[in-house]
Amino acid sequence: MGLEVDITKKLAGFELRVDFKADNDIFGLLGASGSGKSMTLRCIAGIVTPDTGKIVLNGRVLFDSENKINIPIRERKVGFLFQNYALFPNMTVEQNIGFGLVKSISKVERTNKIKKRIADLQLNGMEKRYPYQLSGGQQQRVALARALVVEPEILLLDEPFSALDEHLKNSMIVQLRDDLRSFKGTSIFVTHNMEEAYQLCNNIMIITGGSINAIGHKDAIFNNPPTLCAAELTGCKNISRARKIESNIIEAIDWGCRITFNYKIEDNITAIGIRAHYLEVNENNEDINTFNCWVVFTSETLFRTKVFLKFSEPIGDEKNYNLQWDISKDEWNLVKNKPLPLRIRINPEKVIQIKASVEIKRLQ
Amino acid sequence: MSEFSPLWISIKTSITATFIVFFIGIATAWYMASYKGKARGIIDGILTLPMVLPPTVVGFILLMIIGKNFPLGKLLNGFGITLIFTWVATVIAATVVAFPLMYRTCVGAFSQIDVNVINAARTLGVSEWRIFWKVVVPLAWPGIAAGTVLAFARALGEFGATIMIAGSIPGKTQTIPIAIYFAVANGETGNAIKWVILIFIISLTVMVATDKWSQKQGFLVSSARRK
Repeated sequence: MGLEVDITKKLAGFELRVDFKADNDIFGLLGASGSGKSMTLRCIAGIVTPDTGKIVLNGRVLFDSENKINIPIRERKVGFLFQNYALFPNMTVEQNIGFGLVKSISKVERTNKIKKRIADLQLNGMEKRYPYQLSGGQQQRVALARALVVEPEILLLDEPFSALDEHLKNSMIVQLRDDLRSFKGTSIFVTHNMEEAYQLCNNIMIITGGSINAIGHKDAIFNNPPTLCAAELTGCKNISRARKIESNIIEAIDWGCRITFNYKIEDNITAIGIRAHYLEVNENNEDINTFNCWVVFTSETLFRTKVFLKFSEPIGDEKNYNLQWDISKDEWNLVKNKPLPLRIRINPEKVIQIKASVEIKRLQ
Repeated sequence: MSEFSPLWISIKTSITATFIVFFIGIATAWYMASYKGKARGIIDGILTLPMVLPPTVVGFILLMIIGKNFPLGKLLNGFGITLIFTWVATVIAATVVAFPLMYRTCVGAFSQIDVNVINAARTLGVSEWRIFWKVVVPLAWPGIAAGTVLAFARALGEFGATIMIAGSIPGKTQTIPIAIYFAVANGETGNAIKWVILIFIISLTVMVATDKWSQKQGFLVSSARRK
């Protein structure tokens, strides 16, 4: 049981072509803006009609271009949480939640259902308020209550956090995860933010230019991004074109250095990457994976420092850099007064190896 | 009573015309808001035409349609129905010239609604009819109300098309604007002033009343839009 999608749709600039299955869990759809992830969601809901293909939800055909089946939105049993929540501004919280409850249920039953959702989503005392009198978080919970009260078979979440302040977001992600625990069906969570996807989902699909780029368990995707796009979307800041030059040595073409591994590497390496926080200072001059680096410039955030490094001495005030290094401020204070060049180690065990392949990477 | 007959005729005509235009205008606007066909520009133009054409031209065209010597008029005449120079003709004239104001304002109001809100309603399994009356109309209400007031004012002020197809029959088709014209033509300035003041009062009252009535709705709608 779950959702099966295999559709194509011509759009301005690219063709959407996705084929995936999601079971009764929170499934993440990660992609940059304009990659087709929201469009996929709209096709599942029936807001947009795909050109060809098939959508099956729990064994029920929602769309099938061959057999000319296209179930209208209102019969699909999909809950949709819009980015801007799309509450009815002319209705109170109660009325918003109860709007979908009309068919053949008694008034008492209706009131009880609304009350239960209000309690579940901690909206007590807000029953008579209008959407404009609610905070962003409360609006989101009303929208969720409104979607869940009609007992949908699938919940589609379209970037529900992108309209929120950063500090609110984290507590709301935890809240949403708890709220969704009681929902037994499939949820599809669309986002461009890897942190959100990682926190909420188990399985993740990466989509780029309308096509699936990688799909698999989040740990597999994050620890070992199989594609360039996956590496970038999962926050890998340092990526270089690469080629194998000896059985255990890779040349990083953009960086102009060689990384030596203590095992045989595969032939079809096209790029390597290392996450910004995995770089380390190493005073051991014997280590072959430690390189001379010059600091080009730094950028301070609240608790951490971003250090931009170059493998050669920068000329004048040039801003080109090879590596981005993410280090805590305390550690940086210990390092920053050392004479240049710094000795920076690229740990081969932390290096992401991206291999050439035209196929979609499906990780287990 | 007969002294005030233009007032009653005007009010009866305007209210009837506004009532008709209210429903037809909203329905047409809602249909056109989602209509994406090739003929959109032409249909939209035809529906708006009575607003930009000289009222005498509208009157002339209506005359061609319902006049006794023309096909439809002849057909109706065969059933014993005469429209020309009757009270119904004043309503037809007022309806036709008021329609584009309602239609245009409603198209504008509908296009302002966040489609996500309507789609959200659809995912809840609610019928299109219920969505239309409970979501679309309330959200477009400030526009619908404005359109209704404009349509009423236009219907009340209708002169050119009315005089062409309904004439000026006292107690039957003579509305206030027509009464004013003939009062001035006959040199009865006092009489004309009386009707002018009445028109002022009616128009203002309707506008103020509708404004108050739609204020709360307008606040809710615009509060949603501000976010």
